[in-house]
Amino acid sequence: MPSMKVVIDEARCKGCALCTLACPKKLIRMSEKLNRQGFLPAVFPEACNQDCTSCALCAQMCPDVAITVQKEEKGGAQ
Amino acid sequence: MKTVFSRPASLKDVATHFCPGCQHGLIHRLVADAMDHFGVQQQTIGVASVGCSVFLYEYFDIDVVEAPHGRAPAVATGVKRARPESCVFTYQGDGDLAAIGTSEIIHAANRGENFTALFVNNTTYGMTGGQMAPTTLPGQRSLTSPEGRDVALDGYPMRMAEVIAALDGTAYSVRVAVNSPKNILAAGKAIKKAFEYQLENKGFAFVEVLSSCPTNWGMDALAANERVETEMIPYFNLGTFKERS
Ligand SMILES: Cc1ncc(C[n+]2csc(CCOP(=O)(O)OP(=O)(O)O)c2C)c(N)n1
Ligand code: SF4
Ligand code: SF4
Ligand code: SF4
Repeated sequence: MPSMKVVIDEARCKGCALCTLACPKKLIRMSEKLNRQGFLPAVFPEACNQDCTSCALCAQMCPDVAITVQKEEKGGAQ
Repeated sequence: MKTVFSRPASLKDVATHFCPGCQHGLIHRLVADAMDHFGVQQQTIGVASVGCSVFLYEYFDIDVVEAPHGRAPAVATGVKRARPESCVFTYQGDGDLAAIGTSEIIHAANRGENFTALFVNNTTYGMTGGQMAPTTLPGQRSLTSPEGRDVALDGYPMRMAEVIAALDGTAYSVRVAVNSPKNILAAGKAIKKAFEYQLENKGFAFVEVLSSCPTNWGMDALAANERVETEMIPYFNLGTFKERS
């Protein structure tokens, strides 16, 4: 499994969906499964990793600071 | 892989009590970013107000003084004068700053007190269940204006960033929003600048941040975020109203 550029802390997420609004590539979707807090959390699907530019706009927008973003280093090592 | 976005060190790694989509959490993050940016976490003293942001001390990894409702600018004045080497900020809602605490904020600004004031305008009293605030928009329904705010009866929403800018003691006054990535980046810059003013002893700096209250507006987070753009920004224009060099 490649390491994921966007990691969403499922337990912290309150399902507000503001991150889905922020992503210019619409890579984030909302889960249909409740988290421990009783919210439907945001999900960054593994299949989207390649398309993600690590722009971190999703993380900027998150009121609960539940998103961490990583960028591939030059040279492309994963 | 290199980390390009993570939680600022000045923000404790805990869950908040804020409602889903409430932008208090985002504004907390921007304030923590500013403290990290200037490396002032250890010398910063926050002054909390009464409202949904009352738990400042639970969320920021700094020292916090709790002020009575509206009195944060008076408390911050004392803290900063007693410890001028510290970095002091207040964090206040619109019920706190623009209603019960109007006098304190006006006089602190007018005296040119050298601290940073963060003003979260969500057009309502959030904590107590959505009563009308001085910032409630004309026609806006609230618990105490069920037919909508009637300006003939209740007066007009107060544009605090402009009011504060008009005082000679104020060095910096801006209004920003956090409803889009572009506005969030601008808000982050403005908050950093407001801290910079204080750290350079340039005097009173005021940042009004337009914020949402999905719970008391009776909207989901996305609709509340949209309301900031369509209803709040047209009345509360974003901009820099004072920037003393
Ligand atoms: C002296 C005093 N009067 C009234 C209250 C009740 N009270 C608690 S929070 C609040 C208003 C908070 O609204 P705001 O400042 O807009 O902050 P928000 O909750 O929206 O972030 C009021 C009136 C109080 N705690 N103390
Ligand atoms: S980092 Fe940018 S591209 Fe990747 S999911 Fe977040 S907003 Fe979308
Ligand atoms: S913005 Fe944050 S809290 Fe809201 S859905 Fe996305 S990850 Fe969850
Ligand atoms: S009541 Fe409003 S201001 Fe208070 S936490 Fe909930 S959404 Fe935020």
